[in-house]
Amino acid sequence: MKRLIAFTAFLVAAFAAAAAHAGVKIQHWVAPSGARVYLVETHGLPILDVKVDFSAGAAYDPPGKSGLAGLTRDLLDAGAGGMDEETLAGKFVDLGARFSGGDDYDRAGVSLRTLSAPDKRDAGMNLLRAILAQPAFPAAAFEREKARSIAEIQESDTKPEAIAGKRFAAAIYPGHPYGLTPTAPSVGSITRDDVVAFHRDHYSAKRAVVSMVGDISRGDAEALAQRLTEALPAGVPDAGIPPVTSPTETVIRVPHPASQSHIHVGLPALKRGDPDFYALQAGNYSLGGGGFVSRLMKEVREKRGYAYSVYSYFSPRKQEGPFEMGLQTKREQADAALKLADDVLADFLANGPTEQELAAAKKHLIDSLALAIDSNAKLIGYVSIIGYYGLPLTYLDDFPAKMQAVTVADVRAAFKRHVDPKHLVTVVVATDQK
Amino acid sequence: MRGIRPNMRKTLAPFLLLASLAFSGAAAAANDNTFETKLSNGLRVIVTEDHRSPTAVHMVWYRVGAMDEVDGHSGLAHALEHMMFKGTNKIPAGGFNKAVAEAGGRDNAFTSEDYTAYFQIVPKRALPEMMNLEADRMANLKVTPQDFASEIKVVMEERRLRTDDNPEALVYETLNASAFLADSYRRPVIGWMNDLEAMTWKDARDWYKLWYTPSNAYVVVVGDVNHQDVFRLAEQTYGKIKPHALPARRVEYDPVQVGIRRAVVKAPAKLSFLAMAWKAPKLVDVDHDRDPYALDVLAAVLDGHDAARFPRELVREQKVAQTAGTQYDETVRGESLFILAGQPAEGKTVGDLEAAFREQIKRIQDQGVTPEELERVKTQLIAAQVYKRDSMMAQAMEMGMMEASGHSWRDVDKIVAKLGTVTPEEVQGVAKKYFKDDTLTVATLDPQPLDTATPRKPAVQLKPY
Repeated sequence: MKRLIAFTAFLVAAFAAAAAHAGVKIQHWVAPSGARVYLVETHGLPILDVKVDFSAGAAYDPPGKSGLAGLTRDLLDAGAGGMDEETLAGKFVDLGARFSGGDDYDRAGVSLRTLSAPDKRDAGMNLLRAILAQPAFPAAAFEREKARSIAEIQESDTKPEAIAGKRFAAAIYPGHPYGLTPTAPSVGSITRDDVVAFHRDHYSAKRAVVSMVGDISRGDAEALAQRLTEALPAGVPDAGIPPVTSPTETVIRVPHPASQSHIHVGLPALKRGDPDFYALQAGNYSLGGGGFVSRLMKEVREKRGYAYSVYSYFSPRKQEGPFEMGLQTKREQADAALKLADDVLADFLANGPTEQELAAAKKHLIDSLALAIDSNAKLIGYVSIIGYYGLPLTYLDDFPAKMQAVTVADVRAAFKRHVDPKHLVTVVVATDQK
Repeated sequence: MRGIRPNMRKTLAPFLLLASLAFSGAAAAANDNTFETKLSNGLRVIVTEDHRSPTAVHMVWYRVGAMDEVDGHSGLAHALEHMMFKGTNKIPAGGFNKAVAEAGGRDNAFTSEDYTAYFQIVPKRALPEMMNLEADRMANLKVTPQDFASEIKVVMEERRLRTDDNPEALVYETLNASAFLADSYRRPVIGWMNDLEAMTWKDARDWYKLWYTPSNAYVVVVGDVNHQDVFRLAEQTYGKIKPHALPARRVEYDPVQVGIRRAVVKAPAKLSFLAMAWKAPKLVDVDHDRDPYALDVLAAVLDGHDAARFPRELVREQKVAQTAGTQYDETVRGESLFILAGQPAEGKTVGDLEAAFREQIKRIQDQGVTPEELERVKTQLIAAQVYKRDSMMAQAMEMGMMEASGHSWRDVDKIVAKLGTVTPEEVQGVAKKYFKDDTLTVATLDPQPLDTATPRKPAVQLKPY
């Protein structure tokens, strides 16, 4: 089975750098199956990348069954289309193809990187078709992966960074699926029937987005997308993800013996497609997104040596995704480091970036577009986000002009709308203070 | 490392990926779009033209790493890497990062036992400025007591983050410290905490003066560039630096290990962890060595892909492992280890997993591997050759690491071809030859419950078998 890929981390990175230069032509159509398809043809290398995402992420877990979406996705290739899991794994290897899967709160899906020679490509796609449409979910593999999943959760519950992440999600999303993470009891309560039903309901063509980047013609891509999705179950309509309510300002301290405190500060902040995206991204670059040129890095790391890593980011989702500021520091100085980071944030919220900072941020974000899409692997990440969230096909082309238009006043106003200190939650794991 | 993964070989964060990485790492970029020149000051410049996208990767590699440190000064190579961002006579502290950011680029650096490397990924028009900046800090770095005092604290936080609070990293640190008695690979790249506490700004400055010179460096550029242009730029920037003599390299010698060594690390965790390391040969003669290639193929048969023996048998069939992987890197300056490591599955012990690992090796010793298994390894190798061309950074890393180990980027293709000639008999042969208890070191994690643990100092216990 594929281990969980760090899908969330990818989305964060994608946002931090979201950009691309003119000239990426995204083709879009709806397959006869009902699946939405997004294609970028690149013929420089004999490679094809395909990604199929479904509205089947963790936010769709039924109450009490957190982990079901992830377990279902993980078990897709545990046998399908009359092939057992060893046969499937062997066939991918023999084709030189790389199969992987990933999921976050909104999406769950699979990816295949294959050589673009038609015999290899089509054989790989037939395997992918079987995995998506006819997974067998064998009882033995189900029990095994369930046990592995529980072991992984229990292990992560000993790690300060994992504990901090879970407590932070729970605290900023009270009563919302975005606040839930799989627990040993929730995964323990999942049955094989749950998995079968989750697949049947969520892995439909109507809930699917097929992204393709690489060496393939439009005609072949149309046929391939239809083949991949025509046999999927009928599914149920996507009821969407419930709206988010803002948390109340609070500080949560969690004991742990680690030598460093892990600190998260943040709140639910931004939906995909929100027009404030550009102003928030430009502002966050100066606050904590721009690496060594950001205020947080300068104050917390460069001037005082409090931390190796300190950052802030927005991670937009279907509903308001998190804004988060974070750092790790020697536990004895946790309070001082937290106060410093809070002061940097408060000052930024009150005054916004300077004209010079904003100009530098915009220049970087626009000029680095080229880097963000200089490989098929990076490009398909953007294409799949544009497709899944229904962003304009011209998103990449429009980016420079939209970013260029952002003013200091825009940044200040956007932060005021999206980062209200009255709702900021602070989580400190491994602290000397009660 | 300033912000990405550090010392790739010994921290092993992405442990399970390493076998395939090391392997595809051996699959290479040496083809007819790569060019090399040498400046009169000794700096070598290697350029791969890749015109798919208007960007470029620029890397400077120094042939100096943690293995060149001496006892009491561990972590110095890495600490200097941090200081390299602090400014020169021309560029103020932080100015390097700022210039890269303004150009729309990204930059970072990393240190291993064998080398220290710096890189920028930029829109191609910024390449001349990047070469200017790197040439400047190759010769004109300012190391001040004030900058060092704050930056060494950052390095200590990095150590806490990566090692002190990371049980698996502690196991690897202990494994290396146990497997090697005299060889410098026994010291962690990030440095022991007390060495970091004792380090002074003068240590960093002296390290820089000793090792940072064009004749101890090479530049790798991959991107949408013309190699003649890059050579000219190199002459105009790096070419102006006068080289100085390098100190003699210490010849490392580790006493021959005769007898198994075992070590235990206690740390807060739920699952335990096991790492078994056998002394193994490194690649010396690309044309005539055979054993390193056979060991590389052995690693791939065990763990190179999802249908390989470890994921299939240990994780899925026997359910003895939560995770299981191999690590073997034959292109190193120092000594190689062949490592098997993993977490026992819930309800299994490190003893169970050790027995399962031993059974895997024994089966290959007794029964060998099948031609079909080698065929799969070759298929992966060929596909990896194509896939790696999607990433300029991967191509630059591959050439840089090959050069760092003392081989040439031109050897990459040769090594790939050689791997394709490995026979089942050779794989069986190395399994018999190298996997003996006398050269084995085993380190394990003894998980401690969170509630009884006190704020921690790394606890290390060595015991004889």
